[in-house]
Amino acid sequence: MLSQRRLERRPKARSLWDRTIVTRAVGDSFKKLDPRWMMRNPVMFIVEVGAVVTTFFFLRDVISHGGSAGFDFAISAWLWFTVLFANFAEAVAEGRGKAQADFLRRTKSDTMARRVSANAIETVPSSDLRKGDIVEVSANEVIPGDGDVVSGAAMVDESAITGESAPVVREAGGDRSSVTGGTRVLSDTIRISITANPGETFLDRMIGLVEGAARQKTPNEIALSILLSGLTIIFLIAVATLLPYSIYAGTRQTLPVLIALLVCLIPTTIGGLLSAIGIAGMDRVMQRNVLAMSGRAVEAAGDVDTLLLDKTGTITLGNRQATEVIPAAGVDGGEAMHVAYLSSLPDETPEGRSIVLLADASGQVDGKLPEGSQFVPFSAYTRMSGVDLPDGTKVRKGAPDAVLAWVREAGGTPSTDLSAQVERIARAGGTPLLLAKNQTVVGVIYLKDILKPNMRDRFDRLRAMGIRTVMITGDNPLTAAAIAGEAGVDDFLAEATPEAKMALIKREQNSGRLVAMTGDGTNDAPALAQADVGVAMNSGTQAAKEAANMVDLDSDPTKLIEIVEIGKQLLMTRGSLTTFSIANDVAKYFAILPAMFTVAYPAMSALNIMRLSTPQSAILSAVIFNALIIIALIPLALRGVKYVPKGANAVLRENVLIYGLGGIVVPFIGIKLIDLLLAALHLT
Amino acid sequence: MTAIGWLQAIIFFLVVLALTKPLGLYMTRVFSGERTWFSPVLVPVERFIYRLSGVNPDEEMPWYGYAFCVLAFSLVSLVYLYVLLRTQKWLPLNPQHFDNMTPDLAWNTAVSFMTNTNWQFYSGESTMSYLSQMAGLAWHNFVSAAAGIAVALAVIRGVIRTSGKTLGNFWVDLTRASLYILLPASIAVGLFLVSQGVPQNFAAYQTIHTLEGTAQTITGGPIGSQEIIKELGTNGGGFVNANSASPNENPSPLTNFIEMLLILVIGAALTYVYGRMAKNTKQGWALFSAMSILFFVGFTVVYAAEAAGNPLVHQLGVAGANLEGKETRFGAAASALFATVTTDTSCGAVNAAHDSFMALGGLVPIVNMQLGEIVFGGVGSGLYGMIIFVVLTVFIAGLMVGRTPELLGKKIERREVQFAILAALVTPILVLVPTAVAAVTPAGLATLNNAGPHGFSEILYAFTSTNANNGSAFAGLSPNLFYNIATGLNMLFGRFLIIVPALALAGTLAGKKAVAEGAGTFTTYSPVFVALLIGVIVIVGALTFLPADALGPVVEHLLVNQGKTF
Repeated sequence: MLSQRRLERRPKARSLWDRTIVTRAVGDSFKKLDPRWMMRNPVMFIVEVGAVVTTFFFLRDVISHGGSAGFDFAISAWLWFTVLFANFAEAVAEGRGKAQADFLRRTKSDTMARRVSANAIETVPSSDLRKGDIVEVSANEVIPGDGDVVSGAAMVDESAITGESAPVVREAGGDRSSVTGGTRVLSDTIRISITANPGETFLDRMIGLVEGAARQKTPNEIALSILLSGLTIIFLIAVATLLPYSIYAGTRQTLPVLIALLVCLIPTTIGGLLSAIGIAGMDRVMQRNVLAMSGRAVEAAGDVDTLLLDKTGTITLGNRQATEVIPAAGVDGGEAMHVAYLSSLPDETPEGRSIVLLADASGQVDGKLPEGSQFVPFSAYTRMSGVDLPDGTKVRKGAPDAVLAWVREAGGTPSTDLSAQVERIARAGGTPLLLAKNQTVVGVIYLKDILKPNMRDRFDRLRAMGIRTVMITGDNPLTAAAIAGEAGVDDFLAEATPEAKMALIKREQNSGRLVAMTGDGTNDAPALAQADVGVAMNSGTQAAKEAANMVDLDSDPTKLIEIVEIGKQLLMTRGSLTTFSIANDVAKYFAILPAMFTVAYPAMSALNIMRLSTPQSAILSAVIFNALIIIALIPLALRGVKYVPKGANAVLRENVLIYGLGGIVVPFIGIKLIDLLLAALHLT
Repeated sequence: MTAIGWLQAIIFFLVVLALTKPLGLYMTRVFSGERTWFSPVLVPVERFIYRLSGVNPDEEMPWYGYAFCVLAFSLVSLVYLYVLLRTQKWLPLNPQHFDNMTPDLAWNTAVSFMTNTNWQFYSGESTMSYLSQMAGLAWHNFVSAAAGIAVALAVIRGVIRTSGKTLGNFWVDLTRASLYILLPASIAVGLFLVSQGVPQNFAAYQTIHTLEGTAQTITGGPIGSQEIIKELGTNGGGFVNANSASPNENPSPLTNFIEMLLILVIGAALTYVYGRMAKNTKQGWALFSAMSILFFVGFTVVYAAEAAGNPLVHQLGVAGANLEGKETRFGAAASALFATVTTDTSCGAVNAAHDSFMALGGLVPIVNMQLGEIVFGGVGSGLYGMIIFVVLTVFIAGLMVGRTPELLGKKIERREVQFAILAALVTPILVLVPTAVAAVTPAGLATLNNAGPHGFSEILYAFTSTNANNGSAFAGLSPNLFYNIATGLNMLFGRFLIIVPALALAGTLAGKKAVAEGAGTFTTYSPVFVALLIGVIVIVGALTFLPADALGPVVEHLLVNQGKTF
């Protein structure tokens, strides 16, 4: 029995504060208290150890009726909260991914497949399929595994993977041959060559990625962890040596007080939010329906200096449209239009259809092709297309030099009076198609590239960020220059071949730039692999998807720009919170140090610039602030800091002001407020 | 504070500023092997030294090779000085017939000079033969300074080089630093100092009868030749115990000015060398600016504290600045300036007793040293210390522009952060831990002369000064076996546990591909960067020490204002 159940559409967005996500996250924050898990994060591990020790002191006080049981209880409780808040941040960040993974797992459930062998077709479970097997899939059946279409064409519903309900065409040969296991064929029958063994499929990888099971710390995250661990060691020494110093000063400090100071000084804010920031960054990419194969790729996106953008589909709408048919000297306008019409009637390309539409609209043409007409399709070799009519008339349209050569071959002597028109069209960024009927050139069609709206604005933003955009096109340099100028890109590569594209990437990289590009075809694969960030279109070939480090499920090449912005935002969030966390220490010193030593040196109260009510309240306020700031910053960590594209120095100035200076000032206010509240409630 | 006092500081700073570029330019040429004024005379000498020692000057070393040479050279010179001090009784040029040094004091002194610290638990004029002074101490004054400059050059090369994994040749850098920079300056300025009245002889001490009818011993010896390199090499070990407060070492306000200048000038010039070699002098001036700001902040606090004077003395009806432990010929301003300069760098020469400074006046030298002496800094060590802070700043703040951090286009990644933070760990550990041990053990407290916070400051100052290879002392702390060994180890670790990670950092940066600079990259020479660098230095470098400083100088300051002394 072949699976025929309807597939659900994968939900794309889900609120961060979704009830189920939060409920699960609360549970997970307790599970994550397991020391083996906490060890992965040295900063928070220290806090957990501190919480255990202070709890022990509290229990000892209770048993021995010691005087400071209340204080020790408050400290230990808030230390536990600090750890739990950090775990909660991570759990919430993971929540959306986990929900996605649950959904994808349901999609993955086993289906049956029709395996085609030399002499028969047998029905086997999809889990028995291996690389190289050929299977046949018909309408309303679920595709049993990843593969390439080897024969036939079909409409496929990929909404289970992409969340997009519009079905897509998948056909043998060309750049739209790859299919994904778990998607459903809507019409026709195709044969697929399986390209992945069970457990290694796209869906499996996707589950692993969104769930974060396969998540590894990114290089920058590792470096930052080292810095944070180093700072933790420094503060550990500063606080540990305070014990003998306090003995010298004759005011021996208790362990809970020293632990409170330590926890306040070590960078718990960034330490607690670091992994949440990384997971949320990956998640933001996923929300845009892009599957990043590693966190490293998202990080690298933030560093990109040069964007290679394919003209078609990214800068211009995919199809060029015919806007004008210019007759040659001595040729009637209607005649030229008629030739254009005839040559394009059987032409199913978007350009061909736009010519037919233009001709229809002109009202100068009518009728159909006579019976027995022969369509001559476009090929890269002839670079023209047309129709051979049964009466022996041949009409052609195509690249000017190709059409001229064809006319000459047929024995005609083409007039050159149209060359000025051809030049004008190319210069304006359009594509001139020369029209010929037998031995005469009858006119030229003006095919216009339609720019996508708002592209100039986006390129201006990229330039402000210091990113260069290079347009890649197969057009001749003249046309390319015109479109590049109109769109506002910085540079262009005309008459691009895969080799030229590869050479451009290497050149950029050798001059010290990081390059990002999109691609879909098999011949893009080497360049995708060479680029620092390669985004493959989901509609593209398996080879392209394997070479890339991201796959865009929507197959929208413009997405690259958003990916770069997300990468930058991720790094900025990390840097800003690190700066904030370190800057916080100033206020905490001023809260806790005088509290520790005013008993021995009453003059020390001069350092109590916040005028905190009592030493105990001062220490407790600092610890509470330290815990609450983690909760307060979770939304920022998950959303990322506000990102406005502009130059590095402007961004730096702004963030230094907000997170550096803010990081110094905010805790002074926060600690004072908590102290006032504690005093008002008579809690200390 | 007076206008004249400020004028001294400002003129002093302007002269340093004026000398930075020409000296930096000259040093760049020297270390790039280009022709200089002295080439006709010194190139043959240099070649001869290489031939004699079998050094191939064209052979470049990777970071570990360079580090090995630094360590091996230092070990050999350490042993050499130790043996010299332990045998001086039987060697020539000992007119006062001083005995051999005791093993622990000889160890302490040998380490002290080899590490460019010049911490002096001995009294020069009553323990050292002239041979020990000249062939032992003065020789170390040259080579330990030259070794520091060499390491700085190696670190600069690592930061700027985009191909190859080598950092230069230690022997070549050492030879050139001594031959082209330290020697010519020492000969010229040394003669000037002698012309101002600094003794330079081999005579025995003279006993004279003063007008008051008492006998006074006037020390002599080759003081001038040692005085100059003491400042220029940021060594700081005085020929006599009173150091630059003694008229024999520092006879006049003019020599005082020149000596301060000598202390700062190579450290300042190295910032220019850095910018010049990085092919963007703004990079160097950015470091210079950060250093200058920290310099003026430090000076202002010391000068304000000293000029304001002691409230307890004021109550006795004596108005004016705090002049206890100061030479009246220098006064509060020049003493404050000297104290700032000598602790901004790893010099440690003093022209006043830091112990007698007001509490806040004494706090600044401690903080300066705790920062790692990166305000112009010790010759060489100031620059590589600063570069470590630059790497940390770039890493912490660089992320805020939305790129993985870069220094001169090179990505700061795991290994760079690892080595930078390793170096940053050294000072807190080596200052705070031994201070803690001394504060609660009988051995540490036995020879402490003062109680309470001031006594604590003395211990803290000793370990801060030795760790930072400064060598100035807060006095009040007398040597014993514990301090001889502990401070000796502290000097040793304080120098090499920073040199090795600094070279390793340079080694990982060397040959790294540089990313092109653009509108999206973080510039390390903007005013915002300078502000950030200072922020990181203060928060990461100084705040660590706040608890310790609070229990020493800070609380003492608060208590003195309440009328309490120790």
